[in-house]
Amino acid sequence: MKLTLSLLLVSPVLFCVSVALANGQNAANDDKPNDDKRKDNKGAEIYAELAKAPEKARKRVNPLESDPEAVAAGRLLFEDHCAECHGDKAEGGKKGPNLRAPEVQNATPGALFWLLTNGVVRKGMPVWSKLPEPQRWQLVRYLKSLRVAQPVPAEAASKP
Amino acid sequence: MIRLRLALVAVAFALLSPVFSRPLAAQENPYFVTYDHNLEEPGNLEVEYFSTFGTQRTGNDFHSYWTELEYGATAWWTTEFYLDAQTTFHDSTAYSGFKWENRFRPLKHEHWINPVLYVEYEDINGTDKTLKEVVGHDVESDYLTSNAEARREHKREVELKLILSSNTKGWNFSENIIAEKNLSNEPWEFGYALGASRPLSLKASAKRCTFCRQNFTVGAEMYGGLGDRYSFGLKDTAHYLAPVGAWNLPSGWTLRLSPGFGLNDNSHAFLLRWGVSREITGFGDMVRRMLGGRP
Repeated sequence: MKLTLSLLLVSPVLFCVSVALANGQNAANDDKPNDDKRKDNKGAEIYAELAKAPEKARKRVNPLESDPEAVAAGRLLFEDHCAECHGDKAEGGKKGPNLRAPEVQNATPGALFWLLTNGVVRKGMPVWSKLPEPQRWQLVRYLKSLRVAQPVPAEAASKP
Repeated sequence: MIRLRLALVAVAFALLSPVFSRPLAAQENPYFVTYDHNLEEPGNLEVEYFSTFGTQRTGNDFHSYWTELEYGATAWWTTEFYLDAQTTFHDSTAYSGFKWENRFRPLKHEHWINPVLYVEYEDINGTDKTLKEVVGHDVESDYLTSNAEARREHKREVELKLILSSNTKGWNFSENIIAEKNLSNEPWEFGYALGASRPLSLKASAKRCTFCRQNFTVGAEMYGGLGDRYSFGLKDTAHYLAPVGAWNLPSGWTLRLSPGFGLNDNSHAFLLRWGVSREITGFGDMVRRMLGGRP
């Protein structure tokens, strides 16, 4: 009985230790001097994954490209599954990079779909294959709808 | 009796207060026994309560229930803690023990078949009737023992699973190969679980809705024992087939229901399982703030 009680006490502690260890690792990373730089680096690592998409995947066309409801549906999916890390407006958050960045906006729909499907599990981005394919394509439509006009370089603007 | 059940429910749902997180429509599979390769999102905690009502020939029917705390430690590691108890009608209520499981995703990318490694430590007594896994020669007659007697049997077990799972065309197909070892010098026991499921609609709706087809996932699972190291096979083993269904509510709650049927005379004739769960987003950040770290 004593042993059971001790184990009953020890096990939640072990569970909490697992949680704390995982978070301690993240907290340690947070203590690095330049948070913004760290986030940029992490973002760069995730962006770099986009370039690893195989040619065949990159060339895939979004089957919902002309679906008028895809962007609205994608926005709801984004709020449910992505905003926690990437920010409510996809501007980048505590854990996930800015999805309005040119690296993402210039990527092909196929490359974005590939990244959603495969995740970047070693960098904290989960695999989203549990969302059915049409929902991942809806997310891609929403992400692509976030494209904003890129600032015109100063030199080009000053030319007559 | 009632107090223990209430305590388990309370442990589960005290943590479910919406103040912890914003509503998040979960995308949970409907399985009770089978595992797929989808792990918990990093930093999220899923609190779950499950029940199983089981019939017992030549004995008393039972209701077992358990609470699970499932945490996404990283994108490739999920850790989970269980507390189990049961009530046998016309007998008593008993606390059965606890389990601690870990699931690891070894591969970086998604493949046609995705392996996940599962390791669990169980510290339970003989009253455990959750039937979360059926292994070895687990048969219905094993559950005839009274709670008073079963409580005296103390089991420390290690359970290993190879989870193989695929998501294709909206379907999930999962196969679990189970090996369990009672640490007190008993042979390895084996079992299996198979599952297939699919949402009723693959496209998401452009509006938030409670009864949209995409919120419902249905399927079936089959599980049973495969004997032990000395007598591997189907002889003297129990097998079950169970339709499964899950309803993922936009408020973040998931409800699951599954009527299960025994496929031979060694199995319980009928198992009715139901469960409720909620995902708490940003739980890890909350713990970090508590420990003095920055969110």
